[in-house]
Amino acid sequence: MNNEEARAIFFEELGNIAPEWDPADIDPAEDIRDAMDIDSMDLLNLVIAVHKRLGIDIPEPDYSHLTTIDGAVDYIVAKVKS
Amino acid sequence: MPSLGSDMEAGTLVEWLKAPGDRVGRGDTIAVVETQKGAIEIEIFEDGVFDELLVKVGETVPVGTPLAVIVRAGEAAPDASAPKPERSETTSPVSAAPEPTKGPLEAVPAAVAVDAQTRASPAARKLASEQKLDLSGIPGSGPDGAVVLADVTAFSGVPPKAPRKRVDLDAMAEAVAAAMARSKREIPHYYLCHKIDLTAALDWLEAANASRAPDLRILPGVLFVKAAALALAKHAGFNGRYTDHQFQHSDAINVGVAVSIRGGGLVAPAIHNTDRLDVQALMAQMRDVVGRVRSGRLRSSELSDATVTVTSLGERGVETMLSIIYPPQVAILGFGSITERPWVVDGDVKARRIVEASLAGDHRVTDGHRGAALLRKIDRLLQDPERL
Repeated sequence: MNNEEARAIFFEELGNIAPEWDPADIDPAEDIRDAMDIDSMDLLNLVIAVHKRLGIDIPEPDYSHLTTIDGAVDYIVAKVKS
Repeated sequence: MPSLGSDMEAGTLVEWLKAPGDRVGRGDTIAVVETQKGAIEIEIFEDGVFDELLVKVGETVPVGTPLAVIVRAGEAAPDASAPKPERSETTSPVSAAPEPTKGPLEAVPAAVAVDAQTRASPAARKLASEQKLDLSGIPGSGPDGAVVLADVTAFSGVPPKAPRKRVDLDAMAEAVAAAMARSKREIPHYYLCHKIDLTAALDWLEAANASRAPDLRILPGVLFVKAAALALAKHAGFNGRYTDHQFQHSDAINVGVAVSIRGGGLVAPAIHNTDRLDVQALMAQMRDVVGRVRSGRLRSSELSDATVTVTSLGERGVETMLSIIYPPQVAILGFGSITERPWVVDGDVKARRIVEASLAGDHRVTDGHRGAALLRKIDRLLQDPERL
């Protein structure tokens, strides 16, 4: 999986969690919890969605990687590779 | 039209989910109503047969207006000549909410529409039209062979589409402001704060979550809600409603969990019998209810049944919450951010994870001494998380 594929998947799942926002409008380095009003329940639902879609394990200490778009893309690509 | 909070005066019928002839049971949702708090699914608390719709889609009616007629299980349909239940006129705005009317039931099947070709219920006709189906080709299972909603659904294989209503945030802000103004005007609040060492609870939770799939993991907020519910079972003066100048204790502990809506707005739907749910079941219910808050599909009992509220702004970095009681409740518990702090344990200074719990109580019902005991109880419960 390359970065663009990972970004597309993450955007889709993020859009499902917070349909009020278009992830493409968000600064990819900004914390989505602030930029998109994402709370811990939303973040958990995002983890569940990515886990189910890609089959990757995302332990709790790694949740922080999913709090920015850039961080999530890098994390997903690395996880899928491993 | 049920009252979904002390500040609600009227609601607008958005959709009927049942049609005349449908069997209904306790807990079924029968309609969707638009209120200041968004689209709410109206539940029914009788077993019987859905008989007649008294309010049309799009109508705004006061709280207390009969919406439909249900013939209870084992009860004969009433005579068609019997007087109809009284109902108020459609209003907008509303000046006063009448008492619910308990009039005689109306005859079956008055709401089954008749046209030249096919007998069909309004909901069935609407769905058939939406799905471009010819009603005359659908076998009817309703009274006198009338086509009902279930027939259309079964025929097409496509369930009726539920509306995805967005919340009117201006209306919600108005409702919240009215409730908070009333609270500050009428309730003599007192406030207490209590720091809790959460290290043991978080260590336990993290160890448990490490071996769980993501969809079975539990958030720390669930522990707060469960500990609060268990503590309230021992401190009953905080669980109930203040109405008609007196406190009415509630045997059921239905914690209202404050949930923010993106873009503004706040609701606190009730988790029924919170104290009886294990943390896994409580987590599942909280996930479900948060999802439905965000999509605008709460149920009527979730808006009307809360006996106390738990709220948290800890994720936003707030350490201490001095909250406003949601009337007619008499208490609200708040939890701030979980922060690592120096803490003295057995004479040594250690880094511990601390949360500040707060209580806003109604001084007409309880006092600071009893409030302190409640917070202390929550603290003790959180030191022994396996037992939550």
